[in-house]
Amino acid sequence: MTPQHQTASSADLIVTADHFQKAVVDQHEAEVIERASVSTWKDVWYRLSRNWTAMTGLCILTVLILLAIIGPWLTPYDFSKNDLMSTSLAPSEKHWFGTDDLGRDMFARTWMGARISLIVGFAAAFINLIIGVLYGGIMGYVGGRIGDIMNKISEIIYSIPDLLVAILLVVVFEPSLFTIIFAFCLTGWINMSWIVRGQIIQLKNQEYVLASRSLGASGMRILFRHLLPNTLGPIIVMLTMAVPAAIFGEAVLSFLGLGVQLPAASWGTMINDGTKVMLLYPWRMLFPAIMISLTMLAFNMFGDGLRDALDPKLKK
Amino acid sequence: MLVLLVLMLSLSTILSACTSSTAPEANKPTETQKPNNESKNDPSKETTAKQEFRFNLATEPPSLDPSLAQDVTSMTILNATFEGLTSTDANSKVIPGVAEKWDISPDGKKYTFTLRQNAKWSNGDPVTAHDFEFAWKRVLNPNLPQTSPYNYQLYYIKNGEAYFTKKIKDSNQIGVKATGDYTLEVELENPAPYFLDLTAFATYYPVHKSAKDNPAWANEANTIISNGPFKISSWAHSSQIELVPNEHYHKRDEIKLTKVTAVMLEDTNAVLNMYETNALDYIGPPFNGGIPSEQIPILKQTKKDELVIKPQASTYYYLFNNKVKPFDNKKVRKALSMALNRQLLTEKITLGDQKPAFAMVPPGINIANEEFRSQVDGNYFKEDIAEAQKLLAEGLKESGLDKMPAFTMKYNTNDLHKKVAQAVADMWKQNLNIDVKLQNVEWTVFLDQRTALDYEVARAGWNPDYNDPMTFLDLYTTGSGNNDLGFNNKKYDDLIKAAMKEVDLAKRQDLLASAEKVLIEEEMALLPIYYYTSITLIKPNFKNIYVDPLANFRFDRGYVE
Amino acid sequence: MFRYILNKFVFFVLAMFVLASITFILMKAIPGDPFVSEKAVPPDVKARLLAQYGLDKPLYVQYVTYLGNLLTGDLGISMKLANRAVVDFIRDSFPLSLKLGITAIFTSVIIGVTLGMTAAFRHRKLMDSTAMVIAVLGVSVPSFVMAAILQWLFAVRIPMFNVVGLVQAKDYVLPTMALSAMPIAYIARLTRSNMLEVLHSDYIKTARAKGLNSWQIMRRHVLRNGILPVVTFLGPLTANVITGSFIIEQIFGIAGLGKIYVQSIGNRDYSLIMGITIFYGLILMTARFFTDVAYGFIDPRIKLGKRKEGSA
Repeated sequence: MTPQHQTASSADLIVTADHFQKAVVDQHEAEVIERASVSTWKDVWYRLSRNWTAMTGLCILTVLILLAIIGPWLTPYDFSKNDLMSTSLAPSEKHWFGTDDLGRDMFARTWMGARISLIVGFAAAFINLIIGVLYGGIMGYVGGRIGDIMNKISEIIYSIPDLLVAILLVVVFEPSLFTIIFAFCLTGWINMSWIVRGQIIQLKNQEYVLASRSLGASGMRILFRHLLPNTLGPIIVMLTMAVPAAIFGEAVLSFLGLGVQLPAASWGTMINDGTKVMLLYPWRMLFPAIMISLTMLAFNMFGDGLRDALDPKLKK
Repeated sequence: MLVLLVLMLSLSTILSACTSSTAPEANKPTETQKPNNESKNDPSKETTAKQEFRFNLATEPPSLDPSLAQDVTSMTILNATFEGLTSTDANSKVIPGVAEKWDISPDGKKYTFTLRQNAKWSNGDPVTAHDFEFAWKRVLNPNLPQTSPYNYQLYYIKNGEAYFTKKIKDSNQIGVKATGDYTLEVELENPAPYFLDLTAFATYYPVHKSAKDNPAWANEANTIISNGPFKISSWAHSSQIELVPNEHYHKRDEIKLTKVTAVMLEDTNAVLNMYETNALDYIGPPFNGGIPSEQIPILKQTKKDELVIKPQASTYYYLFNNKVKPFDNKKVRKALSMALNRQLLTEKITLGDQKPAFAMVPPGINIANEEFRSQVDGNYFKEDIAEAQKLLAEGLKESGLDKMPAFTMKYNTNDLHKKVAQAVADMWKQNLNIDVKLQNVEWTVFLDQRTALDYEVARAGWNPDYNDPMTFLDLYTTGSGNNDLGFNNKKYDDLIKAAMKEVDLAKRQDLLASAEKVLIEEEMALLPIYYYTSITLIKPNFKNIYVDPLANFRFDRGYVE
Repeated sequence: MFRYILNKFVFFVLAMFVLASITFILMKAIPGDPFVSEKAVPPDVKARLLAQYGLDKPLYVQYVTYLGNLLTGDLGISMKLANRAVVDFIRDSFPLSLKLGITAIFTSVIIGVTLGMTAAFRHRKLMDSTAMVIAVLGVSVPSFVMAAILQWLFAVRIPMFNVVGLVQAKDYVLPTMALSAMPIAYIARLTRSNMLEVLHSDYIKTARAKGLNSWQIMRRHVLRNGILPVVTFLGPLTANVITGSFIIEQIFGIAGLGKIYVQSIGNRDYSLIMGITIFYGLILMTARFFTDVAYGFIDPRIKLGKRKEGSA
């Protein structure tokens, strides 16, 4: 559609009909976007990849998750096998992270612990995501009286102190992996639901939604096809905060003796055990502590970067 | 804005206090003095041998009312602040307390105590036989606002149980009577050769009459009146208790310490750090938050003069549920017991010089003032993996099983129990190829499940109530409230019953030895693991402070050199 | 405004009721008998004990009694520490926790805001990164690890402070450091991002264009709008400090409410757990209530007196 520039020569100033050409309006060509289309996500990724802190965070996370998956197999030692003849050994060529009080290899245990801690973190975040998105989505989309009541219910639940309820729950039911995850989900979804609600209320009166509605799209279709995808940004940022919060929460429970139980060991329980012999066998606390700190660090770095990348105002 | 300013101002004052003290000092010590010099600071605090003793009690004592106390924390303070008719020495042998002397009737059922006339309460009132009668009847009183959870300790007394269960209404029928200010007559239901051990126990302590009008008298330092070597001068709840000598105590001259401080700290590191910085003189059992087992090997080297390890008359063992398959088969039980390596377990896991146990009654328990274990050999079985495998195969065949099913072993939540359980499970796995699932359960739930026989194998430990083998052996008779084995054995029941009635001490010892043989050698109804030790750290200049064989912590005759 | 406060107050009461009910239900759902002991307790003794705590009555009677008692401020009697009322425990221990908590909150706000502002004004410079690294380290190290290390380092290795206790002014230093690390980090990041947003906003640019000098801009616009959101963080901050106190009081041997709470959990002292949970709930919800009300005064977007429709 770029206009054809007629190079005007001074010699030939007379314009005749021959100079004109009939424009063929090609419907198809008219719609072609010549500049490469940059979708929001590509744009976000572009900006994210230029942010070195965020990328460092992402790299650390990837490595940690990878090691959680394959770590226990990198060493010939089984994470649960006792060896009473080699208890509390310092890190060496054989045992890279040393051994614990029952002679178990700390390297294998650290990565088994990583599995548990990451499972707690991701599972809690994921469940919060589902409940929060559903509840918030419905709350925002339906609106009116029902939305109001749903909102009030969530406000009441929100004002119940989460860790207290978590502690109570774990005291009442045995501290299994399931109870712990469940405890963190009781109130954890509320923030998520509010963000979703806020976004949806903002979006639902926008033209494209109105258009879609007038074209007869069903409520569900509008919710899932139009509204939710547009709230993804804040949701993801929220997730990068929920995962480490649950991992840390589990560590606090471990300190209170309410962490995951045998044969499972999380970073939290390992740190708690290790802290008791911190001065004698520092490696027993150090390795899991470093890993949990790295995880926190990585999530924070990545989350910050992601938030910046998602914020159009900070576009340079 | 204004609010914020105010906030900031008030903050900056706090902060300046904080930072000014942190910042400059934080750098100084590292530059000017080497950390090794820290010991130099210590003598300045402790130059004169002040007769003051500080120890870690770990937790708030649940009750300092002798009638209501039932735990070792409360007992520790009570033992120093009260005195019963009798008392015990460092070997847990009976010595006179408030009673000067006593007569026992030939049938062993009637005791007449003569009280010393110079025994006084901490407020100067004389301690009389009426105070004992009042205290004991108070324990048995079913109408008190607070029920004594340990009152069955007084069921030995005639009509004690009947009165508490309201079968009789008249408290005068209870078998305790002050026939004069200084004479107390006690009648028992059955002869109990260890009754004089019982009268040294907290539930039998006297209580001052003022308790009648104030049920909560034992809640605060200023309302507690006691008759022992010490009295409580202050009690900051959940923080610390301070004791000073009771000026009216009849043996006041034997009390050397001028102040005893019991702090309540549970964090292992904090406790050790306190000891390290000379803020505590003693840490260790019988309280929680003692010395972590893994510290012991190091402490043996670094604190040779301060680490004291002594045998304690308690047994650590596992219960078999004798009612469920395959643990109802004694060959299976024996196989499991013989497949362990107790020596390795105590050397590598518990680390506190504990002795492997092959019997139920631990060393240190006396019978007729002689140690039971030195009279009766305690090696009822031997560890033998080959034999264990053979027995297991036979036992399984008898039970109609071709393979040992995987089972669950329960233990109450505790670091040491967890380690022992993991080690035992691993030994079974390696020696008998049995898969064991470990499950930790919270204390109260654990006890419930054990009582309801809702387990396959479960941890247990027993501290003696009094110094006699009976406290260990009458646990597993049919109908005993403590029988959480599901163990019903006529022969065993008869032996125990006979021993309870037997007045002849030699015969009684034989009966108890035979009963133990049935329990362990013949039936292996339970799986003994080790005999406890008490592991303590105490500054070397503190003398005569110890844990006695019955696990009581005693410091009342302690002194500083 | 009145309506707004009333609205928030109704929430406060409702939420307390829900918390009280949840606590009650959970405590009744606990398996195991609170009076069980290793040495068998004869059934008649146990029956007496149950009657003493009203546990022999039907559940709904217990529930109604419980709610009624709550209204009169009666939280019951401890089941493990004989004869002592839950209220007494709170009375004895809460002042210590409060002193430590307030110190920690002030410290967190001051250091956090300072760090955050420094980072924002030196955006993308060395100071920014440094401040943020400090902040992120604060959230990365579990508080019990930090507390244990601080204690060993500054009380044993370099004996500057007492290992435990909260008697002298200097005793506050270590626990406060351990307790504030995480909130400092959060507040610093919150402040930084708020400040950045404000600094980049159009009205600041306008103000600058009008010729206001930077100090005036700072004072009139940036500070106010950048720091006020920290007020909203006071609720979560209180929660954070309370949670932290469970750990810190234990390690530093402070006989505060957090230590009692952890101990009651260890003892499974149900009436004490219930009572303290309710009390903590009350504090947290009060903190949230006041935050809400304060925010209502501060934030002009909350239209006072008019009912807000849930459409925007």
